[in-house]
Amino acid sequence: MPIFSNFAFLDMKEALLHLGKDFAVKGFSFGYEGRADGEVVFNTAMVGYPESLTDPSYSGQILCVTYPLVGNYGVPEEKTADGISVNFESERIHVRGLIISDYSFKYSHWSAVKSLDQWLKEYRIPGIFGVDTREITKILREQGSMPGCIVPEGFEVPETLYDPGSENQVAIVSCKEVIRYGNPAGKKVVLLDCGVKNNILRCLLRSGDIEVIRVPWDYDFNTMEYDGLFISNGPGNPEYCGEAVRNIQKAMAAEKPIFGICMGNQLLAKAGGASTFKLKYGHRSHNQPVRLVGTERCYVTSQNHGYAVDGDTLGADWEPLFVNMNDGTNEGLRHKSGRFFSVQFHPEASSGPTDTEFLFDKFIKML
Amino acid sequence: MIDTTIKKVLLLGSGALKIGEAGEFDYSGSQALKAMREEGIETILINPNIATVQTSEGIADKIYFLPVTPFFVEAVIKKEQPQGILLAFGGQTALNCGVALYREGILEKYNLKVLGTPVQAIMDTEDRELFVKRLDEINVKSIKSHAVSNIEDALAAASELGYPVILRAAYALGGLGSGFCDNPDELIKLGEKAFSYSPQVLVEKSLKGWKEIEYEVVRDRYDNCITVCNMENFDPLGIHTGESIVVAPSQTLTNHEYNLLRELSIRIVRHVGIVGECNVQFAFDPNSEDYRVIEVNARLSRSSALASKATGYPLAFVAAKLGLGYGLFELKNSITKTTPAFFEPALDYVVCKIPRWDLSKFHGVSREIGSSMKSVGEVMAIGRTFEEALQKGLRMIGQGAHGFTGNKEIPIENIDKALREPTDNRIFVISKALTHGYTPEKIHELTKIDRWFIDKLMNIINTAAELSALSSLEELGEPLLRQAKRQGFSDFQIGRHILKDRIDTDEMVIKVREYRKKLGVLPVVKQIDTLAAEFPAQTNYLYLTYNGTASDIVYEHDGKSIVVLGSGAYRIGSSVEFDWCSVNALQTIRKSGWRGIMINYNPETVSTDYDMCDRLYFDELTYERVLDICDLEEPHGVIISMGGQIPNNLATRLDAAKVPILGTTADSIDNAEDRNRFSAMLDRLGIDQPRWRELTSMNDIHSFIRDVGFPVLVRPSYVLSGAAMNVCSNDTELEQFLKLAAEVSKKHPVVVSEFIQHAKEIEFDAVADHGTVIAYAISEHIEFAGVHSGDATIQFPPQKLYVETARRIKKIARKIAEALKISGPFNIQFLAKENDIKVIECNLRASRSFPFVSKVLKINLIELATKVMTGEKVTPPEKSAFDLDYVGVKASQFSFSRLQKADPVLGVDMASTGEVGCIGDDTNEAVLKAMLSVGYTVPGKNILVSSGDAKQKVELLGACRLLAKHNYSIFATGGSYKFLVDNGVPATLVYWPSETGEPQALEMLHERKIDLVVNIPKNLTKEELDNGYRIRRAAVDFNIPIITNTRLASAFITAFCNMPLDNIQIKSWDEYR
Repeated sequence: MPIFSNFAFLDMKEALLHLGKDFAVKGFSFGYEGRADGEVVFNTAMVGYPESLTDPSYSGQILCVTYPLVGNYGVPEEKTADGISVNFESERIHVRGLIISDYSFKYSHWSAVKSLDQWLKEYRIPGIFGVDTREITKILREQGSMPGCIVPEGFEVPETLYDPGSENQVAIVSCKEVIRYGNPAGKKVVLLDCGVKNNILRCLLRSGDIEVIRVPWDYDFNTMEYDGLFISNGPGNPEYCGEAVRNIQKAMAAEKPIFGICMGNQLLAKAGGASTFKLKYGHRSHNQPVRLVGTERCYVTSQNHGYAVDGDTLGADWEPLFVNMNDGTNEGLRHKSGRFFSVQFHPEASSGPTDTEFLFDKFIKML
Repeated sequence: MIDTTIKKVLLLGSGALKIGEAGEFDYSGSQALKAMREEGIETILINPNIATVQTSEGIADKIYFLPVTPFFVEAVIKKEQPQGILLAFGGQTALNCGVALYREGILEKYNLKVLGTPVQAIMDTEDRELFVKRLDEINVKSIKSHAVSNIEDALAAASELGYPVILRAAYALGGLGSGFCDNPDELIKLGEKAFSYSPQVLVEKSLKGWKEIEYEVVRDRYDNCITVCNMENFDPLGIHTGESIVVAPSQTLTNHEYNLLRELSIRIVRHVGIVGECNVQFAFDPNSEDYRVIEVNARLSRSSALASKATGYPLAFVAAKLGLGYGLFELKNSITKTTPAFFEPALDYVVCKIPRWDLSKFHGVSREIGSSMKSVGEVMAIGRTFEEALQKGLRMIGQGAHGFTGNKEIPIENIDKALREPTDNRIFVISKALTHGYTPEKIHELTKIDRWFIDKLMNIINTAAELSALSSLEELGEPLLRQAKRQGFSDFQIGRHILKDRIDTDEMVIKVREYRKKLGVLPVVKQIDTLAAEFPAQTNYLYLTYNGTASDIVYEHDGKSIVVLGSGAYRIGSSVEFDWCSVNALQTIRKSGWRGIMINYNPETVSTDYDMCDRLYFDELTYERVLDICDLEEPHGVIISMGGQIPNNLATRLDAAKVPILGTTADSIDNAEDRNRFSAMLDRLGIDQPRWRELTSMNDIHSFIRDVGFPVLVRPSYVLSGAAMNVCSNDTELEQFLKLAAEVSKKHPVVVSEFIQHAKEIEFDAVADHGTVIAYAISEHIEFAGVHSGDATIQFPPQKLYVETARRIKKIARKIAEALKISGPFNIQFLAKENDIKVIECNLRASRSFPFVSKVLKINLIELATKVMTGEKVTPPEKSAFDLDYVGVKASQFSFSRLQKADPVLGVDMASTGEVGCIGDDTNEAVLKAMLSVGYTVPGKNILVSSGDAKQKVELLGACRLLAKHNYSIFATGGSYKFLVDNGVPATLVYWPSETGEPQALEMLHERKIDLVVNIPKNLTKEELDNGYRIRRAAVDFNIPIITNTRLASAFITAFCNMPLDNIQIKSWDEYR
C-alpha cells in the first residue's frame, strides 16, 4: 500500500486568521509563507478564483471565498494578446490574502499550468485554508467588513492592521500613462481607468471598430478627441476620486455618451450631485438579482463593491436604471438626456453570469 | 398578472414507482399542489400510487386513484371540468399522457389550458429531429447522426464531424457492426464490416470520455431566466446520469466554462419557450470548450428534485406558480423569506448523489452500467469536502459499505477490465485499484473519470493508510483524527483501520466515539440557506460536517423535540410507503405541539422537504450520526418505527446508548427480529409457525427435509450472487442453490423452513397501545404464498377469507401484541390453509401496506400509532369503521423492461419497484383499475397461454373458459393446448422455441400478434435460459403484458371479461363512503 502524503494537514504549517480584535481561528498556511493584512471581505461565487484574485477592485483586501473547494482547476497560463492578458483580469494578483476552506492540492484542467499554491507563491500572496469560511462570513455579515490578518506559525501578529480606506486604492491600481488599444481608425472611447478589469477592455474591443484610450484615473481627458467616455470599476472609497469626478463633470458638459461600471457608477453619480455610502458588508457574488426599473425584466449579475450610490440623493435630471432586488440598493442610473448611464454590477462578468453583456452594445451604438 | 380564469386545475401524477420514474414526482407533485392551494385554486389529482404523500388528505382537493392514461384522464376531465392542467409534475408518464390528450384534441374539446410550458414546446424537445432543428436555429450544437449508404459518404460525414466518430449499423440488433474510428483508415475498415450488416450506417461524433454536465433552468412568462443549479457527473458520458455519481455544483469547470454552458442553457430555454422548469444536459469536451447538447427535459425531473434538495430552491413549487402567470420577481425565496425567487443559489458545501442498485434481486440481469438506467434509488450526501460528501454517500446507499475504505474486500479477477467496463461496483473497484498501487493517472486512463475526482479519492486512501499504520487508538493524535473526520471517515472506519478486526464491531464504534469526544473532535451543524450565509436565514434545513468550527443552530434544550428516523434510499422492498409513514408521523407530532425533527437523506422524498418538519437533518441514518444528532437535540424521544428496516435495525444499539425510543421497546423489537427468541415466544403462546431450523451441515439439512418434505425455503447467511433465498423443490435444486452459498458451516448457518404450498397469505397491519390492539386491517394476497408480499397483489378488505380464519388471526395478533407489549405500528404475516393459521413474520414497525390500508379504510393508522407513541390518549375507532362497502386492490409495478435479460418471473425475493392501489365497488373493478394502472391493457384478441404444471393448469381452466366465451383466441403450447382442448376449450397449438413447427410462439410475439401472455413457470428455481424464459423475456422486450402467476392471471381475466372499460366508475377517493 502506498504510504505517501499528498494531502496530510499534518505536514502543513499552521496559520492563524485574526479578524478584528476578538476573533482568531486556526488553519493551515498555503501560498506564500508570510503575513497578510487588509480588509477582510467575502465572496459567495462558486467559480472564478483566477479572475477574482486578479480583479483590481480587491486592492487592499483579503478575500474569503465561501465556496469551500478551491483550486480544483489550477491556474492558466499568463499570456497576452493585443496587450491584454488572456486569462486574467489584470497583470497581477490584487488581493492581499486568500481565505478558503478546502484547498485542492491536485488540480485538473487542460488549460492549467500551475497550482493555485504556486501562483500565490509567485506573487507573494499568503493564503490560509482549513478554516470555517461560513462562520467568517457570518461574522462579516453581522459586524461588517473588518480588518484582519493571516499569520503563519513563527510570525508575529502586526500591531496595526492595514486599512485600505486610509489611502486612495484607485491611484494604486490605475495605469500610470495613456495606453491605446484596438482599431486606430475606429470610434474613440476614453476609458477612465480606476482599476479596470481586462474583460471590460475585451467587451469594448470585441466589435473590432473601436479604439480604447485608457487613461489614468486623474487624467484630464477632456483635451483629447473622443466619441464616448467609459468609467471603469475600481477599488475602495469613491471619496478619494474628486479629480476624476471633476473631469467627468466636464465631459458631461460636452454631452458625449458616458457609460460607467461599478466605481464608474459611483463616480458618475457623484458627478451628477448624488452621494455614496459604505455598505455593511458589500455585494460580492455571482447571484445578485437586479431589476430594470419600471419593467418586468430582471437579470442575475456579478458584483464586487463595498460602496453604493444613495438613490435618494439623485438629482432631478437623473433616474435609477437598475435596483437590487435583495436589498433595494441602487444598481445603476441614467441621465434623462439618455446620454449617460452607469451600472453598479459587472456586465463584463468574468467572473460570473454574462446576462447583461448587451449593455456594451448599447453604449457602442450610442457613439 | 396571473390568470384569474383558473379556478380548478387537474394535476397528472406519475403512477407507480419504476426505474427512471420514482419518488421525485411525489415531491414535485406535492409542491405543485401546495402552490395551487396557496392561490385558492381547487386541485384535482389523478395518481393511482396510493402510497404517496400527494395522494393524502389535505394535499389535493380531490384524488382519483386511476391510471394516468388518456382514457381515464379524459373521463375525469369530463366529470370535473377543470380550467387548467399541469403536465410537468408527473414525469414522463404525465408528459406523454398530456401530449396524447393534446394530439387527440381532448384539451381543446374541454377548453383546458396547459399551465406552464406549452405542449408544442414539449413536443419540440421530445422529438429528436425537431429538437435538433430548433437548436440549429440558435446555433447551438447538438448530437447529430449522419445516415450514409456508402463508404465515401461516411468519410465525408466523418471529416465534417471530426474524428473520432462512432459508426452504427442501422437496424442491427445488439450493436453488430458498431464501433469507434479515430481516423479514415479505421473508418474504411469498420465501415466495410458495418455495411455487411446493414445498407445504412449512422456516423456520429464520438464523445467518449466527455464530461456530462446538467443545468436546471427556470423561466417565467416575462422571459426572465435563472439557472438554479448545475451538476457534474463523476462518470464520463456513456453512463446514464441516473447511474452516475453526480456532484453539485460542478467541480472541474472554470468560470468561463460554467458560464458558457449557463448562457447556452438559457438561450435554449428561451428559444424553446419553456415556462416553468427545465433541465438541459450537455456533453463537454475535457480538452477544450467544445460541447454538445444531449437533451432537454421540459418538465420536472429526477435532476430537478436533486437540484431542489441540493440548493434549497423549491423548483416544483416555483414552476407551478410560474405556470399561473407569476413572474419570478413576484415570488419570494422560500428560505430567506425576504429576498426574491429571482436569484441563483450560492452553495457553500458540495453535494454528492450516489445511485442505489438492486441488481442481485434479478435473475440473469447484466451488472454492467451504461446508457440505460437500472438503479432503483439514490442518496444525496452533503459535505464541505468532496471526500466527506462521497464517504457519507457510500454509507447512505445502505449496501454494507462503511465509506470508500474499510469495506469487505470485493473479489475482482481483472482490475483493468473492471475499471474499463463499469458495473454497479465501480466505485469500490476504484478503491481496490488505488490500494493495489494503481496511480490516479492510470485509473483516469481506464475510466475517463476526471483526474480531480480520482486525486480526491487518493486522499482518502492515503489517510486510511496513515490510520492503518497505527496499532492502538491511543496512538491516534488529534490532527490525524480531524483529518480523517474531515474526509468523512466514520468512527467505524477509523476503528477498523487501526484495530483491524480485533474487537467486536459495535464495541469498537463505541470506543472510537468515546475517544473522539474526549479529544473534542465533534461535528458542527450547518444550514443550507441558498445564499452561502450572505443574508441571515431562519432555515431549518441542516447537515452535519467536520469541516467547520461553529454551528449555525442554537438549541432550545427544552426536551420538546421528537426525532423521526426516515427510510433512506429507495430500494426494492422499501420506498415511498415509508416516506408516507414518516411524513404522517411528523405531521402528527407537530399537530400535538412537539417539535418534529427529521433525519433522512433521500432527495426523492417529501420527508426531506424542509417544509415538512421543524428541523431537517439531511444526513446519515447511521448509529454514529443519529447519536450525534441526539447529543445536540436532547430529544424527548426518537421514533424508529416509521422508516422501515434501517431505523428498526438501530433499536438495540440506540437503546443501549440511552436514546429514548418511543413506542415498543428495543427489547420487544429484538424479540420479534431474533428468529430464535420469536419462535420460542410463539411456542410459549401456542401459536403455530412453519417448521424451521438453523442448520450447519448438509447432513442436518437433508435429515430436516426428510421430516418436513419438499418444497423448502432455504436462506443461506451469505450468498455470492443472486437471490438471498430460494424455494427448492427437490435435491437437485437444493444442491444447485446451496452451491451459490459460499459455505454451510457453524459460522455461516443456513435456515431451512417448511414451505407450505397453495396457502393463502394474509397481512395484518395494526396499531397497539401498551399491548392492546386498537386498530387493525386484515388484507389478503391474491397469489398463493410463495410470491413475496411486496410483489403480491393484495386486496383489502379480504373478499374470500373465512370468517373463522379472520377471527383466529385477530386472536393470534392480540396475543402477540400483548406478549410483546406493542405500542405503535406493527405487521404480522400469516399463512392460512383451510382454517389452519401459521405466523410467518412479525415486524414491530410500520409495514409497506400501511398507507394502502389507511387510505382504503380512511383511518390513518400512522396518526394513531404516533399518538400512542407520544403518549396521547387515543380512542380506538368505532367497530363499524372497519366495515367497508368497497374494495381496495394493491398491485405491483415491475421494471423488467429496463433490466435487460432479467427473467420476469416472481418468487420469494421481491422484484417489484413500485405499486398502485385502486378502489372499486367490487373486486373485479378494483383489480382492473389496478392492473391497468401498472401498465396492463385489456387484450385485443390473442392470448398466449402456457399454464405450468397439472395443478396450475386446473387453476387456470376457468379463466380460459371465460376467455373463450368472450371470443378471445387462445394460443397454447403443447401440454396446455392438450389440456384445454381435452376440457372443451378451443385453442390453437403453438410451438416452443426448442420445437420445430409453425406457428412459433416466439415469432408471434415478435410480430406483435399476441396481446397478453400468460406464462406460468413449472417450478420456482430453474434459472437457465429455457423455453419459458425466452417467451417471458420476449414479452417484456416487445412490451406485451405478461402474467406469470395463475391466481393473478385468473383474477385479471375474470375482471376484464366481466367488466367492460366503460363500466368502470370514475369516482374520487371521497366518493367511496
